[in-house]
Amino acid sequence: MRYAMAIDTKKCVGCGDCVVACQTENNVPHGYCRDWIVERVDGTYPSLDLEFRSERCNHCDNSPCVRCCPTGASHIEDGGIVLVEHNKCIGCGACIQSCPYDARYSHPEGYVDKCTFCIHRVKKGQNPACVEVCPTKCLHFGDLDDPNSDVSLAIKDRKWKVLAPEAGTKPQLYFLT
Amino acid sequence: MKEELFVSGRNIPNIDPYLNIWHWQIPLYLFLGGLAAGVLFFAGYFVVRGKEKKMQATVKWAPIIAPIALVLGLGALFWDLKHKLYFWQLYTTIRLESPMGWGAWTLMIITPISFVWVASYMKEIFPWWDWKFKFLDKFEAFVIKYRVYLAWVMMIYSIILGVYTGILLSAFNARPLWNTSILGPLFLVSGFSTGLAATIWISKDEKERKILSRIDLIFIFVELFLIVHLFMGFLAGSETAIEAARLFLGGQFTVSFWVFVVLLGLIFPATLETLELWGYHVPKWLPSALILFGGFMFRFIMVEAGQITRYLY
Repeated sequence: MRYAMAIDTKKCVGCGDCVVACQTENNVPHGYCRDWIVERVDGTYPSLDLEFRSERCNHCDNSPCVRCCPTGASHIEDGGIVLVEHNKCIGCGACIQSCPYDARYSHPEGYVDKCTFCIHRVKKGQNPACVEVCPTKCLHFGDLDDPNSDVSLAIKDRKWKVLAPEAGTKPQLYFLT
Repeated sequence: MKEELFVSGRNIPNIDPYLNIWHWQIPLYLFLGGLAAGVLFFAGYFVVRGKEKKMQATVKWAPIIAPIALVLGLGALFWDLKHKLYFWQLYTTIRLESPMGWGAWTLMIITPISFVWVASYMKEIFPWWDWKFKFLDKFEAFVIKYRVYLAWVMMIYSIILGVYTGILLSAFNARPLWNTSILGPLFLVSGFSTGLAATIWISKDEKERKILSRIDLIFIFVELFLIVHLFMGFLAGSETAIEAARLFLGGQFTVSFWVFVVLLGLIFPATLETLELWGYHVPKWLPSALILFGGFMFRFIMVEAGQITRYLY
């Protein structure tokens, strides 16, 4: 089993519903976010390229945050979901330094926090909150090992990219372009 | 043209607009760790070489700095932890993949060694010293008998500690300025140089100071060489590495790095030490103070600047 997410940058309108859904679902402290939207404009007028990306933890296969964690608080759960065990985290910040995507933050209570792919929902067979609320259905989540899962079907016939592939982290967020 | 902005808003403390999760505590910890490593290495080195009598300050007096520096450094590290009361979790796991993990264990070993080393000289330093308990007297006699072996262990662990202060940073692939294998040897050499500087400052023996100054000059030369090597490596690297080097070559850290670290922290004290060896009168404390200042600035700037660098996508 390998959980992954595909984000259709052609469909995303940058409404921010995923961000709010995540904050509500996961009780994210005020002023913080586990996911966010980036608007990228590339080119010179009048030939411009616009892209909306809903970003979050990439749940990397080769996760540097897990490797550098001195206490084992950052770990990989079944299905490849990267999690932080709050009671083991000492808040040293090593994982924050090691993440090329700046996807982690220091929770006001001290431990490091980030996107969990809503593992509590996934375990019940539901989609992550961000996927559930997306009005344009541009977020696809599921098991990459299952060829019929939503995410496998989404990346099957589309061009896609991952962020900072040169970092070698094998990220599991696929941006459909 | 390429422009990126957070549509949803994202203003996470210490991360946006650029990463700044490590403040002064980490560079101070790295500086004190390197300083202790340098002091302890040369104390051990001269004992192993049988030069104990000739190098009194290096072997006996300067090591007093080491346990103090290590405890202060660990204090700074503890201060930096955001989840302080969970710090013991560092020692309930052994994670060889994590540089911070094996750094914690290295300090766990070298800190008591430094205490034992200083304790074994207490009666020589303070003739009135009394351990009060018999078993402590016995332990002291045991340590003194096998001091050469302790010196070997101390030398090995001080090299590990010195390298670790650099590898802690270089293991972070996500920060291009740090992600270079030069950082381990560079921090080791710099740490040893600060250790020598502190010892030179303490020593009152002209001959001893001359020997230490000569060694220090070699270390400063190697450090300068490694700094040049560092930038050559960056400039021959990927766009992210070139971007990282630009911070020091025209960017916002140019003046602070080249003036405080290279000029005032390395070249100027090296010149003063050379003049002193040639017989000119130089204020005794000045080169040492400059090297210590440069060593701290080096770590401070590297930690600050490294956090600004990142992958571009």
